[in-house]
Amino acid sequence: MIDTVVSVEMLVEEVLRIKRNRLAPDECTGNEKRLCIASGSHGDELGGQYICYQVIRRIKKEFENLIGIVDIYPTMNPLGLDAQSRDFPLMDIDMNTVFPGDEEGAILDHTAARLIKDMAGADICLDIHSSNNLIREIPQVRLNDDVIETIMPYAKLLNTELVWIHPSTSVRPGSLAYALNSIGVKTMVIEAGVALRIDYEYCEQIVEGIFSLMKQMGIWKGEVGEIRTPMIATDGEVQFVNAESSGLFVPNIKHSMRVKKGEKIGTIVDVITGSVEERIYAPCDGLVFTLREYPAIEEGALIARIFGGAMNE
Amino acid sequence: MNKEIIFNMNTAFRGEYAVVGYRFGHGDPSACIIGAMRGNEFQQLYMCSQLIAKLEQLEAKGAIVANKEIMIIPSLNYNSMNVGKKFWVSDNTDINRSFPGNPEGPATSRIAAAVLERVKGYRYGIQFASFYMGGEFIPHVRLTEEGVKNTSLANLFGMPYVLTASERTFDVSTLNYNWQKGGTSAFSVYTGATEWIDEERARQGVSSVLRFLTRMGIIRYNCHGGYISTVVEEDELLSIRSDMPGFFRQKASTNMEVTRGQLLAEIVDSFRGDVISRLVAPTDGIIFYQHIEPMVFQNSVVFKMIKKIHE
Ligand SMILES: [Zn+2]
Repeated sequence: MIDTVVSVEMLVEEVLRIKRNRLAPDECTGNEKRLCIASGSHGDELGGQYICYQVIRRIKKEFENLIGIVDIYPTMNPLGLDAQSRDFPLMDIDMNTVFPGDEEGAILDHTAARLIKDMAGADICLDIHSSNNLIREIPQVRLNDDVIETIMPYAKLLNTELVWIHPSTSVRPGSLAYALNSIGVKTMVIEAGVALRIDYEYCEQIVEGIFSLMKQMGIWKGEVGEIRTPMIATDGEVQFVNAESSGLFVPNIKHSMRVKKGEKIGTIVDVITGSVEERIYAPCDGLVFTLREYPAIEEGALIARIFGGAMNE
Repeated sequence: MNKEIIFNMNTAFRGEYAVVGYRFGHGDPSACIIGAMRGNEFQQLYMCSQLIAKLEQLEAKGAIVANKEIMIIPSLNYNSMNVGKKFWVSDNTDINRSFPGNPEGPATSRIAAAVLERVKGYRYGIQFASFYMGGEFIPHVRLTEEGVKNTSLANLFGMPYVLTASERTFDVSTLNYNWQKGGTSAFSVYTGATEWIDEERARQGVSSVLRFLTRMGIIRYNCHGGYISTVVEEDELLSIRSDMPGFFRQKASTNMEVTRGQLLAEIVDSFRGDVISRLVAPTDGIIFYQHIEPMVFQNSVVFKMIKKIHE
C-alpha cells in the first residue's frame, strides 16, 4: 500500500510529497518484524532507486513468502532527485545532516522529523547510498563505532564485500542513521557504486543481501541466495591515498582490484605541458575499495582507499 | 604592510591558487581578522578590503603600536566567488565546516589546517561572518559558548548588540570554535548583509574593529565610542514563523521597536494575490532578524525578536 508520509506545501502551488510503499502480509498478527528501506536523501544518487524497485518487484512476485512488514521509502529528497542536486534544493543543505529535524520547523526540518516519526518503532532500517559523483565505492556497510555490537550481526548479512567502521558523515550526528540508532531502530548505511549512474550488478548483489537480512529477521520465508562474508575494516587498516598534484588522473588499475605495495595506481598529468606531474603508488598491499571516478583532480583529492587488513579469498 | 602567502596549490585548469594575508606592524601576534570564507560573502570581503586600506594609512602614519602585529586574511575561497559558487568549486564543501582541517586531506581541509596553523597564537581573532540563515539582522558581535567568558571584551567593539550563543552540532568544525579552543579570544562580527553591500553597516563593522584594536592598545586611532552593547542570549530571541507559504510582504524591519499585536508581515497567495495570513508581534520588543526573500515557506522563521526591550 502506498501512503504519503510527508506532505508540505511548496512556495508556488505544488505540494512536496514523500511516499512509502508498505508491503505486509494480508493477515497481520501485530507481532510482525518490520524493516525500513530508505534512499534518495542525496538527490544525485540513483542506485537506491533501482534497489527499491527490485525489492518491491520480488516481494510482489513471491508475496506468499512475506511474513513481516517491509516499508520502502525510495525518494526521501524528491526535489533533489528531480533537480539532479545532491543537496536539498533552494537551501544548499545536505538532507542527511538535518535529522532528527523538527516537526514544527520549515520544509526540510519538518520533512526530516516526519520521516523519523514514520520509521520509529521499526526493528531495522537500511539507508542506501551510492557515494558521490567523484569516487566509486565497492558495496560496503558503514557503521559508527558506537553501534558495532548491536548491528554487526545484521551488517554481515547484507552481501557486501566490506563492513567499514568509520565515522563517515552518513553515520554521524545529523544523519538518518544516527538519529534512528539513537531511538532504538538498528540502522545501517550501505554505500555502493557512484552517483549519477546505476551499477546494476552491485544493486543485484545488495538486493540479495536485503532478502537474506529479511530471512534472518523473520520477514521472508522464501529461498535466498548464497551470501558472501564481508571483510571487516577498522580505520587503522584503511590507507587513504590523496593526490599531491592537480591535473587529470589516468588510472593504471581498476576499481575493486587487489594491489601490491608499490604497484602503480595511476598518474596525474598536466594537459598544457604534456608532462606527468605525479605517479601514484599503492602504500600497502590490499583491496582498492574506493577509487577516483571523476578524472579532473586537484591537490588533496581522494584517489583511493585501500583496505590492507585480513582478506577473504 | 607585508603580503604573505599562507597556503598555495596548483589547480588543474586555473593556474595557482593562493590564500594570502596582509600583515601590519611587527612583533606580538595581537589581532587577526578573517573575511570571506564562502563565495557569496561579498559584504565580508568588502569590509576586509576597507580595513586593509585603513590600516595601510594608519601604518604610514606610524599609528600601529610598537611590537604589535595585525594580520588580515581577506578571503579563503575567492576562487568560488569568481565562478559564482558559495562553496568550494570542485567538491562543494564548506571551508567553515572543515576545521581544524588536515594537511593531508582534501583541499578545503588543507586550507583550514594551513590557516589555523598560521592564525593560532594571535591574542584576538575576529571573523567577518555571515549568518547560517539568509536574511538581515541587527549588527552584532557573536560569541560561541566557549567564548562567553569574553563578553566584556566583546562589548569593546561598541556594536549595538553582543549575542551569546549556545553550541550547535556543527560548531566543532568552524574556525571560531577551533580558534577559541586554541587559546585565541575569538569573535564573529555580523553586519547583517552578505550577498549585497550595505555601505553604512560595512562602515560600522570596520569602525567596530578599529575601535576594538584601539581599546586593546594595538593601534592609535581616534574613534567614536560606539554603542554600549546590549548582551542578548541567542536562545532568548523569540522566533516568529510563517504559517502559510506565499509572497512575503514585509511590514516591519530590523532594529524597529514593535508593540504586541502590531502587524509584522502579510503572506500573499502566489496565484490569487489575496492576503492569506497576517503575522503580528506576539509581544513588545525589537526586531533582530528578518527574512528578506520574496517568498516564504510555511513554518519558516521570518522574524526574530528581542523580547520586552525598548529602543
Ligand atoms: Zn549519499
